Amino acid sequence: MNRIKTFVTAIAATATVGFSVSALAAEKSDELVVYSARKEHLIKPLFDLYTQKTGTKFRYITDKPGPLMARLEAEGKASPADLLITVDAGNLWQASNKGLLQAIESNTLKANIPSHLRDPNNTWYGLSVRARTLVYAGDRVKEKELSSYEDLAGPEWKGRLCLRTSKKVYNQSLVATMVERMGEPKAEEVVKGWVANLAAPVFSNDTKAMKAVAAGQCDVTIVNTYYFGRLQKKNPDTNLKLFWANQDSSGVHVNVSGAGVTRHAKHPEAAQKFLEWLSTPEAQSVFADENMEYAANPAVKPSQQVADWGNFRQDDLNVSSAGQLQATAIKLMDRVRYN
Amino acid sequence: MNPKGRPWITPCRVAHCLCGITTPHSSRLTWRNPWAAGRMFNCQQPLVSLSQRVLMHKPWRFSALSIAAVVILPLSVLLFSWYEVPVDIWQHLLETQLGRLVGNTLTLLTGVGVGVTVLGVSLAWLTATCEFPGRNWLDKALFLPFAMPAYVLAFVYVGLLDFSGPVQTALRQWFGIRSLPEFRSTGGVIAVLVLVFYPYVYMLARTAFRTQGRQLFDAARILGRSPLQAFISVALPMAKPAIMAGVSLALMETLADFGTVSVFNYDTFTTAIYKSWYGFFNLQAAAQLATLLLLLVALMVFGERKARGSARFTQSQIRHNNPRFQLAGIQSWLASGFCTVVVLLAFVVPVAQLLQWAVSVVDIELDARYWERITNTLLLGVMAAVITVGAALILALAKRLQPDRWTNFSASVGTLGYALPGSVLAVGIMIGFSWIDKGVLIPLASWLGMEPQMWLVGSLPALLLAYMVRFMAVGYGPVDSALQRLKPSIPEAARSLGVGGKSLVRRVYLPVIAPGTLTALLLVMVDVLKEMPATMLLRPFGWETLAVRIYQMTAEGEWERAALPAVILLLTGMIPVIMLMRRAEK
Repeated sequence: MNRIKTFVTAIAATATVGFSVSALAAEKSDELVVYSARKEHLIKPLFDLYTQKTGTKFRYITDKPGPLMARLEAEGKASPADLLITVDAGNLWQASNKGLLQAIESNTLKANIPSHLRDPNNTWYGLSVRARTLVYAGDRVKEKELSSYEDLAGPEWKGRLCLRTSKKVYNQSLVATMVERMGEPKAEEVVKGWVANLAAPVFSNDTKAMKAVAAGQCDVTIVNTYYFGRLQKKNPDTNLKLFWANQDSSGVHVNVSGAGVTRHAKHPEAAQKFLEWLSTPEAQSVFADENMEYAANPAVKPSQQVADWGNFRQDDLNVSSAGQLQATAIKLMDRVRYN
Repeated sequence: MNPKGRPWITPCRVAHCLCGITTPHSSRLTWRNPWAAGRMFNCQQPLVSLSQRVLMHKPWRFSALSIAAVVILPLSVLLFSWYEVPVDIWQHLLETQLGRLVGNTLTLLTGVGVGVTVLGVSLAWLTATCEFPGRNWLDKALFLPFAMPAYVLAFVYVGLLDFSGPVQTALRQWFGIRSLPEFRSTGGVIAVLVLVFYPYVYMLARTAFRTQGRQLFDAARILGRSPLQAFISVALPMAKPAIMAGVSLALMETLADFGTVSVFNYDTFTTAIYKSWYGFFNLQAAAQLATLLLLLVALMVFGERKARGSARFTQSQIRHNNPRFQLAGIQSWLASGFCTVVVLLAFVVPVAQLLQWAVSVVDIELDARYWERITNTLLLGVMAAVITVGAALILALAKRLQPDRWTNFSASVGTLGYALPGSVLAVGIMIGFSWIDKGVLIPLASWLGMEPQMWLVGSLPALLLAYMVRFMAVGYGPVDSALQRLKPSIPEAARSLGVGGKSLVRRVYLPVIAPGTLTALLLVMVDVLKEMPATMLLRPFGWETLAVRIYQMTAEGEWERAALPAVILLLTGMIPVIMLMRRAEK
């Protein structure tokens, strides 16, 4: 009998703890609630800074963009979320498309964020710029051999290219903008050329692809610059070098991480104020430097290490087109067996 | 009892027992009591005794069905996705993806299935019945990989053995060997999954070999069989239910896996699910694909039951203190060598690598929040284990005490959640709970004048229920097999001695299943500690666990920083694993 009693007590205790925790969580209704797909260690410093400045407190969860959007959608009007922060314009476009965000008219935001880095309908604003460009082995490749993303499809790169998987949204966005720029058939030719040039099965992340270049498995790869920055920080005398792609044509492909106020936000004004603050130089430099990205606000200079990579011209296509063409890009990559 | 051994059910009786009222119709009838043979159950008995009988009978079926309902909720969310088919996505997947992905998935299942069987059974046989140098600690050490999350082993090994990793780099520099086979391949991913999942087979098979006794094996030897023949024709068939239970757990884990295969970039059926969801932004197509996966699992579960079929070996409860076969000479060293290599590969090498990484980042990564992460992880593990195993106990007892189609159904459905990819199941649970929130709780709250909010989604109870749905199979297995080892004659004897009803459960069933229950608690706990996707989506605001931290780091490609939470998770997971080992020793 004792065992049963222990068991029942345990279950009762569990339930009590559970409900009291959720009741506790439910009580503080004046806090700003954030759903963030940007990782906790990259976003929390900004929450802390804002709390210090204004006293506004935060509650947040972090997850991948897909589950967060599904949760927003399922919660509907009852959602506690005020702000959705996510990486990648494709996700922002999708959130907006599903009606999860509300339009914000703000002169501060419009002044601080260039027009190609925000939603034409003002439902979301890019907050940091992530440039995706070429990284090559400085000891085996001459800089003048490189020119553009498309060029890597040429026969001279046979067996010398490493790529990250096409399942990563960064590559989907890159190909989507190529579709927008050069049309689907031409883009498909390029991606087919990439696949034919691969030196190794595609990698699960940018860092692994760069390490393969460094180790001599291949000569060049396409990565987001902050991954290169991290690798450089860890290993300052690496043989890897950064090359700004497409400087004579479309410019370097850029993506954003950004945020929008949710449609059913309980504190829309406070959320908008926070979003505006995020676009100011004070927050922008933290936002970008935390992860060695570029600030969306052009007035903010990058950190020293990032500045050393030199200036580049970025693709000024509105980043939301990557979202619109994402499905087209994935289908294209599937057809030519870019896994 | 009717001829099939099921309690009599009639509409009248159901009405009677559910409502506790005596209809004019029922009052004229009598039934035989299925519990106490010979005594008659008379509906005209006073209500007091009637309610006792209700407590005795219906709660099992009612509780079992309620548990099944909780499990069915997210599954039906997935089924509902079929109300409309996104044709273009399906067409695209069929044309370019599904053939290859199904092929890959079947290859993976076959490879892992064969691998865990061979490795698990051979290790179990060696450590359970033979004596060789180091056997005493090797048999315990072989449990350790239980604590290792599959995705962690995957990123450690890809880091070590890839072209740019230290092993191949050294080979290139010292010996100039350049053309080694690519580690990120079908063979590599199978090897990693086998190393992580063999303990399920090892643990269950080992117990089976320890408890089956030497007599039959010796009889076969006396009749002229070689040790190997005797093993194949006698010991193996007797351990078959246990082995198959272990293999099916491993296969379900394999089907659900997304972390490991994505480290290898090995595309399986789950890849198509996530491609539809994250790539095409089509949760509906993803849910539909998930139901197909579910169908496959249902077939597997059904197949396993069929295959087990009539083959039941009611094993004696006595722990045999069998003398072990003393291996000698080269044989004994081969045996120790084999076990040592497995322990090295599955545990020592990855832990050493993790430690090396963890030490290199300890000053930037270790902060005060780790206490919170550890306590959250442990708290969730313990609470989820209690709830899940509580539910599993109810399912197993209901099936045993009141075997009818409802309790059988509940038990089968209850275990389906284990094979679904975590995120898909999590989103199913999340949507299901949000229906309850919006359909029931919010209207109720506003009627009571409270502010509408999500009560369930993002609450701790919801997260715990999600764990229950996901890990029921893990908790149910040991409890059920413990119950199955109870010979029918024992409760019969108890009944003939006048012990029935609640006291039968308390005095006969519970003591017998107590060891299985403890094993189940520990297994579920280990799994919950490692669980990531459901925790991410359903946790209360601000809750972080070690697994979530590992994800935050690996998603950014920061393997070294992920090593610290991984090591701490391993150490935390060792607590229940060591308890499991000690139990296995008894």
